[in-house]
Amino acid sequence: MEKMSRVTTALGGSVLTGRTMHCHLDAPANAISVCRDAAQVVVAGRSIFKIYAIEEEQFVEKLNLRVGRKPSLNLSCADVVWHQMDENLLATAATNGVVVTWNLGRPARNKQDQLFTEHKRTVNKVCFHPTEAHVLLSGSQDGFMKCFDLRRKDSVSTFSGQSESVRDVQFSIRDYFTFASTFENGNVQLWDIRRPDRCERMFTAHNGPVFCCDWHPEDRGWLATGGRDKMVKVWDMTTHRAKEMHCVQTIASVARVKWRPECRHHLATCSMMVDHNIYVWDVRRPFVPAAMFEEHRDVTTGIAWRHPHDPSFLLSGSKDSSLCQHLFRDASQPVERANPEGLCYGLFGDLAFAAKESLVAAESGRKPYTGDRRHPIFFKRKLDPAEPFAGLASSALSVFETEPGGGGMRWFVDTAERYALAGRPLAELCDHNAKVARELGRNQVAQTWTMLRIIYCSPGLVPTANLNHSVGKGGSCGLPLMNSFNLKDMAPGLGSETRLDRSKGDARSDTVLLDSSATLITNEDNEETEGSDVPADYLLGDVEGEEDELYLLDPEHAHPEEPECVLPQEAFPLRHEIVDTPPGPEHLQDKADSPHVSGSEADVASLAPVDSSFSLLSVSHALYDSRLPPDFFSVLVRDMLHFYAEQGDVQMAVSVLIILGERVRKDIDEQTQEHWYTSYIDLLQRFRLWNVSNEVVKLSTSRAVSCLNQASTTLHVNCSHCKRPMSSRGWVCDRWGSGVGRWGRGLQAAQEPLLRRPPSCPPPGATAAPACVPSATTWSRVCSCGARAAATAATCSTS
Amino acid sequence: MAEGENEVRWDGLCSRDSTTRETALENIRQTILRKSECLRSVKETPHHPSDGLSNTESSDGLNKLLAHLLMLSKRCPFKDVREKSEFILKSIQELGIRIPRPLGQGPSRFIPEKEILQVGSEDAQMHALFADSFAALGRLDNITLVMVFHPQYLESFLKTQHYLLQMDGPLPLHYRHYIGIMAAARHQCSYLVNLHVNDFLHVGGDPKWLNGLENAPQKLQNLGELNKVLAHRPWLITKEHIEGLLKAEEHSWSLAELVHAVVLLTHYHSLASFTFGCGISPEIHCDGGHTFRPPSVSNYCICDITNGNHSVDEMPVNSAENVSVSDSFFEVEALMEKMRQLQECRDEEEASQEEMASRFEIEKRESMFVFSSDDDEVTPARDVSRHFEDTSYGYKDFSRHGMHVPTFRVQDYCWEDHGYSLVNRLYPDVGQLIDEKFHIAYNLTYNTMAMHKDVDTSMLRRAIWNYIHCMFGIRYDDYDYGEINQLLDRSFKVYIKTVVCTPEKVTKRMYESFWRQFKHSEKVHVNLLLIEARMQAELLYALRAITRYMT
Repeated sequence: MEKMSRVTTALGGSVLTGRTMHCHLDAPANAISVCRDAAQVVVAGRSIFKIYAIEEEQFVEKLNLRVGRKPSLNLSCADVVWHQMDENLLATAATNGVVVTWNLGRPARNKQDQLFTEHKRTVNKVCFHPTEAHVLLSGSQDGFMKCFDLRRKDSVSTFSGQSESVRDVQFSIRDYFTFASTFENGNVQLWDIRRPDRCERMFTAHNGPVFCCDWHPEDRGWLATGGRDKMVKVWDMTTHRAKEMHCVQTIASVARVKWRPECRHHLATCSMMVDHNIYVWDVRRPFVPAAMFEEHRDVTTGIAWRHPHDPSFLLSGSKDSSLCQHLFRDASQPVERANPEGLCYGLFGDLAFAAKESLVAAESGRKPYTGDRRHPIFFKRKLDPAEPFAGLASSALSVFETEPGGGGMRWFVDTAERYALAGRPLAELCDHNAKVARELGRNQVAQTWTMLRIIYCSPGLVPTANLNHSVGKGGSCGLPLMNSFNLKDMAPGLGSETRLDRSKGDARSDTVLLDSSATLITNEDNEETEGSDVPADYLLGDVEGEEDELYLLDPEHAHPEEPECVLPQEAFPLRHEIVDTPPGPEHLQDKADSPHVSGSEADVASLAPVDSSFSLLSVSHALYDSRLPPDFFSVLVRDMLHFYAEQGDVQMAVSVLIILGERVRKDIDEQTQEHWYTSYIDLLQRFRLWNVSNEVVKLSTSRAVSCLNQASTTLHVNCSHCKRPMSSRGWVCDRWGSGVGRWGRGLQAAQEPLLRRPPSCPPPGATAAPACVPSATTWSRVCSCGARAAATAATCSTS
Repeated sequence: MAEGENEVRWDGLCSRDSTTRETALENIRQTILRKSECLRSVKETPHHPSDGLSNTESSDGLNKLLAHLLMLSKRCPFKDVREKSEFILKSIQELGIRIPRPLGQGPSRFIPEKEILQVGSEDAQMHALFADSFAALGRLDNITLVMVFHPQYLESFLKTQHYLLQMDGPLPLHYRHYIGIMAAARHQCSYLVNLHVNDFLHVGGDPKWLNGLENAPQKLQNLGELNKVLAHRPWLITKEHIEGLLKAEEHSWSLAELVHAVVLLTHYHSLASFTFGCGISPEIHCDGGHTFRPPSVSNYCICDITNGNHSVDEMPVNSAENVSVSDSFFEVEALMEKMRQLQECRDEEEASQEEMASRFEIEKRESMFVFSSDDDEVTPARDVSRHFEDTSYGYKDFSRHGMHVPTFRVQDYCWEDHGYSLVNRLYPDVGQLIDEKFHIAYNLTYNTMAMHKDVDTSMLRRAIWNYIHCMFGIRYDDYDYGEINQLLDRSFKVYIKTVVCTPEKVTKRMYESFWRQFKHSEKVHVNLLLIEARMQAELLYALRAITRYMT
């Protein structure tokens, strides 16, 4: 193995071997450090201080340094470090502020060597000079750093950070006199060991405490820092001003950071809270860790590479009282699990997706998208062969466009805006929505609303005695009847709605193939669904016997002739459509000139003659008159909702769900509901129908959905005169003083995309503000083409 | 009469635009005039049997409005509003209607009114703070007026409170106020309960809930236990408490909600401490803050009276004046001398490890017995106690039974490293706000002590902070608890202990008997340290339990 051979050379003959293993400690560890022979590790914690030998198959306890009967706070270690020059020399930092050195060469059982009690507060970190045998540095909560010469009893020099507590101190590996210190207030300082009066350089590296830092073992002047702000930053200190080279965003505050030996861009991190894993990052790929070790059950408190020239062995100690050796080859690689696929709709119906190149290439006829004149912003990323996961995670981008000027989703917007979802009695809502749908030419949807009204707004309840009877009688017929009705009527409605998709597909077929696996629905698909799902003849035949009787029961049948019914629940407009065959095909022909649609029309035609006097609607109407409980239809309604959702009209599904509320909710499982809601909300937000989407969120009963409303949307307002942010709560600029009206003309409202949210958080949703940007992903889109773009782009980048 | 048209909208007054305020005030004026005309006409025709009820009702409504106006005339940061409100009140008076007068002496019963900043005489920075506070809440409460001794802190405090109550968060608005009521009621803090009852109703809370916790949703009832333990014995919180809340079928809390609730609870527990510690008076527009009828004893104010806090007729004699000046002067000198000694002798006298450990234990144990002599059982007023159960559960219980408080090591779980991360993860931005607040409170200093200038008070502040944490069993490995004994005398300890653990028992005598030579602003400063240390202690226990639950 190449790796092994390198290890051999580096170690001058002795090969490091071992496996992933762990051992149980008696108490939580706070820090670990490795001996320079790479065969021993020391573990220190509040009530543990032991040396373990690292053997082939296991850790073996070698020495317990915690001796003496009375537990002393001097032994309660916050940090431990093993001298890299002297195998016998150790130093610990105690929580009570004492710095202790240990000499393993002492013959006595107690190896404690020296005690420095100069710090007033907890010592957070100790560090030996990399080449000097007697120089020890400490950093304490009291804000001071002290340099000790182990040959003397007191500190040689004291460095005052002039800011808050010191969290970490590290000698530079390359520059003999330099050390770096990090502070609780976010500062990093660079010191010359010979000049205790003032620091050489100071800069603010993080927002909040900087918990750790590490010098790059090879690149002079590279310093990695990790902070509570969940970032790891790599600084180049060789330039005049410290320059941020890389920034890795993790998901929890960074407790330790250690460069990986022999891998120039790799570093390992562990976290202070919540996240127990150890990650190895390639700083050039800051989004996905290169490797991940998941052995620990509580936070990892100390990490150390076993040998300064071996990149494959990592040791770690944890609060879960265990010591682990991780082998790099056993690490899980998140990149393998990552989906290099992405799919996204554009605002105007464009569809872009990225997939593994191999996957795309394998399919015949599909070429990777290489950018075109209309979208010069898309470029294929030039691959750097030196970069990691080059082979693993490269993907190709494909873009499907709608026909320009198709403007196809107008109906969706109109419907969304005009539907009434709450605030009125059910019957009125249904009527209103039916009217809206009809006006938009969506007859089938309109009919569905009408049906719902009929089903759920029946006067009075069913006497229980009657219940069994009617169920028994209607159970077999009512349900499939509705089914068949729905599906049959689907044809004209869908024809108009899917026409766009078809033309889309046709228009683009020269450049990109649109196949049926894409989410876009083509008419062919519809055709299939209908064909397979509708055993209509059979069902219709089934009911025939009862039809007359039911028909007669219909009290409203007294006015059958009215052509444009005032009451939408009247069955006749619909009956006309079905019974009179001629208008149907014409209607369809108007809307979609596709040969496949005429296929469905043929279906209609063939169904119609089955019973010419037979009215589907009157049957269901009659069922209501026989006082069936609304519950009876819930299965039917559920199927109807599923049907709409399947067809891609999630709008209908959600609207009905909201309006019917408790009546149907229990019949549909939570997850499906949530899925519908989120899909619909996503769609609404893409069309920037913030108000509607907010209303839907508010009306939804699904917990996951309604909490969308509670997530943050930050609104930044800048003064139109001086461009300064208006920080105070009012709408007044500090400098200009004059009050500006709410949402005044001069205001440039900008929304922060909330990119700083950890990935585990729910996506931020719209709140009640008049204009909200719902999520980070949508944001870029709004940003690049929205009206507010100019003002916001600036805020985006700065905030 | 149509209620709708008589509904008064106060929110226009919160605007920073003076014309908007003027229109709003004009509307208010007209409404009030209309109401009082109406009332007068009813009075003049006394034989109107059917109107008897609505008469008292409408006069009640009018009185409320007038009280609010009175508050505005005294406490609104905008001069135009103050003047106009006063004018309206005067004109109403001229109509022969009784108008209210403020009761008591200013925002605090402990601090003479003349020591406290008058609204209208604040500097620009304070005015901005006042305006912010007023814009957010529609009032300038007494707490704000007392805290403004320390504007830097006040700013951070208001920002945090505003965020907790009004900005994004997982809990609905009325829940937040209700939780505030629950927390304040734990300490029978009628002042906070009153304020938040109003706010709760204002944001559309169900008045029925106010009849007692058992009328609130099960979810909030479940929180009662945590509230109780957190307020009095936070060290008893275990991950089982957390689990119980998070896994309660349909009444369960989400982690984010729970963190929000915990922050609210701790915030209001400590704010209750501040309220009692500084003797905050009832708000002018609330019951007990003003009078046109005899001072109300009925509504939420009973506990004040039973405490002897309700010192309306207190003699104006400041007890500090009773003590010989030289005596108290000596007090300050002695304290400073001790600080100097500690500073110098620290390295010489090296206490052994066991000694250090036992010093903590001693301090912890002693803190349990530090109590004012009048340890009478105070039965909480019925009206406040209905918001919580188990009134007997308190801090003192454990001291009597000598229960052992397990030691919590800050070095293993501290706010900066652990608590902050957890809060910020589950309730974004709040961790940051609270962190800032802790920082400001801990580091606030003017380098003065009574009449002395240029004093490094960090040692004293640390002693106070650590003493409070010590009472909660929180130990700093790197602190010598012997210092506490040197720096804090008994009367001060009594005060600290009472404010932090049983704030409802704080009396004016206690407030006056510690640090007699110190300024009021310094005593308020002490209170800020107390409440922030208390909040952090409670948070640490609660968050540690949540962390344990999560791992």
